[in-house]
Amino acid sequence: MTMIFGVPLAVFMGQLLLGLINGAFYALLSLGLAVIFGLLKIVNFAHGAMYMLGAFATLLGMRYLGINFWAALVLAPLFVGLLGMLVERFLLRRIGHLDHLYGLLLTFGLALIFEGTLVNFFGVSGARYPTPEALQGGFQTGFMFLPKYRAFVLVAAIAVCLVTWYIIERTRLGAYLRAGTENPALMQAFGVNVPLLVTLTYGFGVALAAFAGVLAAPLYPVSPTMGSNLLIVVFAVVVIGGMGSILGAVLTGLGMGLIEGLTKVYYPEAANTVIFLVMILVLMLRPAGLFGKEA
Amino acid sequence: MATTQTQTLTPSMKRERRANQRRYAFYLALIVIGLVAPFFAYPVFLMKVLCFALFACAFNLLLGYAGLLSFGHAAFLATGGYVTGYLLSSYPAITPELGILVGTGAAVLLGLAFGALAIRRQGIYFAMVTLALAQMVFFFFVQAPFTGGEDGLHGVPRGHLFGFISLRNNLAMYYFVFVIFLIGFAIVQRAVHSPYGQVLKAIRENEPRAVSLGYNVDAYKLLAFVLSAGLAGLAGSTKTVVFQLASLTDAHWHMSGEVILMTLLGGVGTLFGPVVGAGLVVSLQHMLAQSPLGTWVGPILGVIFVICVLSFRSGIVGEAMKMYRKNFK
Repeated sequence: MTMIFGVPLAVFMGQLLLGLINGAFYALLSLGLAVIFGLLKIVNFAHGAMYMLGAFATLLGMRYLGINFWAALVLAPLFVGLLGMLVERFLLRRIGHLDHLYGLLLTFGLALIFEGTLVNFFGVSGARYPTPEALQGGFQTGFMFLPKYRAFVLVAAIAVCLVTWYIIERTRLGAYLRAGTENPALMQAFGVNVPLLVTLTYGFGVALAAFAGVLAAPLYPVSPTMGSNLLIVVFAVVVIGGMGSILGAVLTGLGMGLIEGLTKVYYPEAANTVIFLVMILVLMLRPAGLFGKEA
Repeated sequence: MATTQTQTLTPSMKRERRANQRRYAFYLALIVIGLVAPFFAYPVFLMKVLCFALFACAFNLLLGYAGLLSFGHAAFLATGGYVTGYLLSSYPAITPELGILVGTGAAVLLGLAFGALAIRRQGIYFAMVTLALAQMVFFFFVQAPFTGGEDGLHGVPRGHLFGFISLRNNLAMYYFVFVIFLIGFAIVQRAVHSPYGQVLKAIRENEPRAVSLGYNVDAYKLLAFVLSAGLAGLAGSTKTVVFQLASLTDAHWHMSGEVILMTLLGGVGTLFGPVVGAGLVVSLQHMLAQSPLGTWVGPILGVIFVICVLSFRSGIVGEAMKMYRKNFK
């Protein structure tokens, strides 16, 4: 059997794939955070809760409305996106003129409400969502078994990241968005409806989180606390990459997933903490983050 | 020495002197209330309030006066608690005050390390960095051999204060905790009203200007962080002795959120705000735990959070002071 530094190739590749899939989730979530941060200048602490709501919408939609996975892939982000737009319109907008730390605190309160409410109805243990039929089974590639669903998650996540990048960097709407990030007051003066743009942006950002949640539903147990633990890691990823660029967020997310996967192979005790250690290293060597622009 | 210096006081000096007298009278009244409180309320409950009040005061020193929002203060509370708990359970010869001192020292060292890292970023990044570092500490306590993992440390002996005053008695324990709280509060009070505190406020209001005035901003921030971490550790150590327990609850990020809520509810940047906030939140948890709403503590705290941020940002003490100023001055 082929060995890589004393580890069988199949195990090595398996962990690498797991790491890459985790990385895809980090990428989707930090992408949403970066999009929201760009225009609203707040860190959305409710992002983990939105991811969790996406997964729950999928689970409950299947259980009570008979929605299948493919429909959920569209409907759950739509539902959570609308919820996010309401949150922005009626809560976040009221504190838009204040120190941005208040936005962080407000969304933290929202996260507590969403999470705690669902804990009361569903407990903390969580439920499983079956893998959709079309994606069961897998491919036998010479050196390892590649489950179809995991391959799908990877492709779907990266595709969504690329589409987001295209919209923001190459379309007129994206140009408005970037201009709004630079100077909202001037945009408003040019006749662009900036408040609407902000609402849509927040909705879009949390819809990305919900999309990640739908993808996660068949992989991880769906539980009310699934988002908050993930979010803290994503925060570390965001600190490492900086929120300056879209591609930076995506690359950092995937890269950190890979590093985590490798750590699981060679030193499993540190798998939980390796991303935080990378964060410390980055803070010491390049405090602005790998792709950060601020001084 | 016959100094015939009959100083004539200007009206503003007189006003200031009167204000100081009023302030000291107020402090004295509060100390008296603290001394008689255990005869009217359950001492263990009061001790819990005092521990969290000290924790919130420590947090407020950083947020209220230096403008730094730490989302990882649970790490210092838990470090103080675990170190003290481990020492007191493993080495019976160690007296409680020594255990608390070492626990506080451990939190100071951790604060020094985290502070040096975290102050390299500002604003929301600072919050995210502290949160991530604290999560790392949480994982450390889950895995470390001396913390008892998921179970935590149980049955930490209260021992004998200075080797001869038994702390088994709740009343004795209460007065010990009360003295610790007063010391911690006095440190915060002193720091805030010193020239050092003035510079901190200047940094909070306008950091670039403070830099251009020649202040070593990083050193000021780091000292504030270390002071705050140490006091949070003191609170955690004391809490462990009181409840004879150190557990992962103290290290969880929910705890970091709770202390923010206490401070926000009571009044950020006011001396007594965190004390009031801690008292309210602890009482609320206490009441809810006994009611059918026991499992709804999280969402209820979340709702209070949202309301505070939306329309009650000065907190209870802050609003009260505003009203006082408007009506009596």
